[in-house]
Amino acid sequence: MKLDAKIPTGPLETKWSRYLSEIKLVNPANKRKYEILVVGSGLGGAAAAATLGELGYRVKCFCYQDSARRAHSISAQGGINAAKNYQNDGDSVYRLFFDTIKGGDFRAREANVYRLAELSGAIIDQCVAQGVPFAREYGGQLANRSFGGAQVSRTFYARGQTGQQLLLGCYSALMRQVDTGMVSLFSRREMLDVVMVDGRARGIVCRNLVTGEIEKYAADAVCLATGGYSTVYFLSTNAVNCNATAAWRCYKKGALFANPCFTQIHPTCLPQAGEGQSKLTLMSESLRNDGRVWVPKAKGDKRPPREIPESDRDYFLERKYPAFGNLAPRDISSRAAKEACDNGYGVGPTGFSVYLDFAEAIERLGDNVIRERYGNLFAMYHEITDEDPFKQPMRIYPAPHYTMGGLWVDYSLMTTIPGLYALGEANFSDHGANRLGASALMQGLADGYFVIPATISDYLADNRPDGLGTDHDAFTESVNGINEQVSSLLGVNGSKSVRDFHWELGRIMWEKVGMARNEKGLTEAISDIQALREDYWKNVKVGGSNEEFNKSLEFAGRVADFIELGELMARDALDRAESCGGHFREEYQTSDGEALRNDEEFCNVSAWEFKGVDKYPELHREFLEFENIGLSQRSYK
Amino acid sequence: MKYQIKVWRQKNPDDTGKFETYTVEDVIPEMSFLEMLDLLNEQLIKRGESPVEFDSDCREGICGTCGIVIDGMAHGPKRACTACELRMRNFDEGATITVEPFRARGFPVIKDLVVDRCAFERIMAAGGYASVNTGSAPDANTMLIPKYIAEKAMDSAACIGCGACVAACPNGSASLFVSAKVTQLSLLPQGTPERGRRAVRMVEQMDREGFGNCSNHAECEAACPKSISIENIARMRREYMKGALSD
Repeated sequence: MKLDAKIPTGPLETKWSRYLSEIKLVNPANKRKYEILVVGSGLGGAAAAATLGELGYRVKCFCYQDSARRAHSISAQGGINAAKNYQNDGDSVYRLFFDTIKGGDFRAREANVYRLAELSGAIIDQCVAQGVPFAREYGGQLANRSFGGAQVSRTFYARGQTGQQLLLGCYSALMRQVDTGMVSLFSRREMLDVVMVDGRARGIVCRNLVTGEIEKYAADAVCLATGGYSTVYFLSTNAVNCNATAAWRCYKKGALFANPCFTQIHPTCLPQAGEGQSKLTLMSESLRNDGRVWVPKAKGDKRPPREIPESDRDYFLERKYPAFGNLAPRDISSRAAKEACDNGYGVGPTGFSVYLDFAEAIERLGDNVIRERYGNLFAMYHEITDEDPFKQPMRIYPAPHYTMGGLWVDYSLMTTIPGLYALGEANFSDHGANRLGASALMQGLADGYFVIPATISDYLADNRPDGLGTDHDAFTESVNGINEQVSSLLGVNGSKSVRDFHWELGRIMWEKVGMARNEKGLTEAISDIQALREDYWKNVKVGGSNEEFNKSLEFAGRVADFIELGELMARDALDRAESCGGHFREEYQTSDGEALRNDEEFCNVSAWEFKGVDKYPELHREFLEFENIGLSQRSYK
Repeated sequence: MKYQIKVWRQKNPDDTGKFETYTVEDVIPEMSFLEMLDLLNEQLIKRGESPVEFDSDCREGICGTCGIVIDGMAHGPKRACTACELRMRNFDEGATITVEPFRARGFPVIKDLVVDRCAFERIMAAGGYASVNTGSAPDANTMLIPKYIAEKAMDSAACIGCGACVAACPNGSASLFVSAKVTQLSLLPQGTPERGRRAVRMVEQMDREGFGNCSNHAECEAACPKSISIENIARMRREYMKGALSD
């Protein structure tokens, strides 16, 4: 298979407009004859479903939640980037593009990232027009804040609930299309397979999570907006039901999976408290605008933080990265915190946390300003830990948060399966080896509002509706396969719960495929995960039946997929013998401990092709060309 | 720590349902209420009994998925806090804690603590939006919005759509939920052209779904995990009147 990203020719600045003027269109009267399935109702999915409905396509939108408004995009806190340059601080489309490429450690496609930066401004316009209550200045203009990896203020926000407000904006646009009858919603459905006819994606099969019924839906194209796979680590900042199943089943049907080892460990999360924990809570990166990260200078210093004088504190981010300080990118900040804790400087009961201190900002700005900026985050922290951040510093530790890897897509967001698209976090395309803060919301909305509604017509124009129904053999075959898997899961009836296995997988992944990786650990991880998979199918206890509301069964299918995905992540991490962004291989680092890339051998996207659960997947490389930005060692010093 | 959990068990919508009491041990104060239920379910699964089904997702108080009644209070005894954020340190060791689903005509029980809240979705589809097609928006700073208006709109927009207001209301009214959306969009210039029609349609849909009317008990405000004020309901009534009279 030769990977062709189908990047338009010509100068970077004109690629997207040129693409738009050259693609085929579907005329308005014909659009209603096409049926498009959108799986997922987060920023990418809801924006896509709403916009495709506005254009006149018939759309069905699916989500596992009880309502489309609950998709995990809702948890994003800090903000959304856009190159508006409202602050007159030198921002531009080029600068946002540059920051994103550099932040991603030169492992993203230039053309995709430039398009993202180009579309960023229109996203803000769209959201404001929907009634998203962004923060404003006294004069009525939109306010901005700063985020990691940038030296300009280009982040728009709605208190600490930006994701919620953007998602509710998309959701309202989606409900408007439901009102007009263009979009039908199917909540409490889990996609379990993509159905292919003549090599093209022609529908999906889902499980109705209330009745257990396996349902079939035929269509002319399928858009996956099913998010990322951080819950492979069990403990992550993702919602507990977030899963990789839809994307993974597509991978097993032939869609290539790109850069699975590129995961983001977010620096500012609450440290773990016990084994009963179900997730790790994120504290927005925006806190690093005013919070200062430090550990005691002496190992094992047990004094309460307020009793440790300035001279005995190490503000390690400010010390190591003076130019960006506490706003160094996420991968760098996370590793610095891990290093401090690994070397014995960590604080808190377990020694695995560092301080994020607001004392100086409170002194400078007063309680009220800090409360206005971060009130809900402080309250959340206080509730969880019983410690008041106004009185003592927060304790934070890195946690899995976002996955840059995902299904491989070309410039039009189509996967290697014709008619199957992947949007937002579900694809791999824009963030390279590390995503900058406030860029996930930007990408989800760019893909959903602007990219897919345009690019999909080029495919649909060539593949006219042919009346394919769900009585086609391909659907029957898919349903049979799913029924078989469900009954084998229920039939094992072993002694360990699904959670036990997920916890164990998470432990292996965190220890050996986590923030720092090495050849030995990765090799062990692969065999550990294989053994876990074998044990899973012998010893898992699911309980209940298929024909009912059965969370344990839902989780059982997801964890089976996570185990397979975990192995692929380890293989990818082992193959990529370099460090870049969030992928830090201990063998490859500079003398001062920074990620050491190997551009000679690895300036590429690694896209994996499924060959069977027990077989080594085939690796395809898409070489990345940097025509506009010279490859260089990232420096935030 | 150890607790007695008295929890509502109902196999399906047609089952009459009943309370069962279980003992949960090894609870730590940092655990959330839902993590305590996870622990209970692990025990039940291993004993071959069916786990207590409940809805949850983000587990950080923003998605609005979780919603249970704890000791008679929607989301439990702590103010401005969802069940997933509520920590076990708020309960005395050894206590018996009663757990029930949200009960309201508009929210039929699916199983155990899981209810169907699709009625909210249908209310949102009856005008809970500002009509604007993608791509047709003017520059975001074209329309200036005073800071206090944006903040007020945000106070209403903070609603997470969990339905605690309905569960807490003696009339099973969804007025707080509906009014939060009506208020957000009537405060902002973007929502103004449709404000009258929106208020009328959303209120009528709420009635059709079987939710009761508001008679100023204010239980909703007390139960709301996002502290949405009943001032929103007052505004919704004004908007409804204006809309009904102008159409």
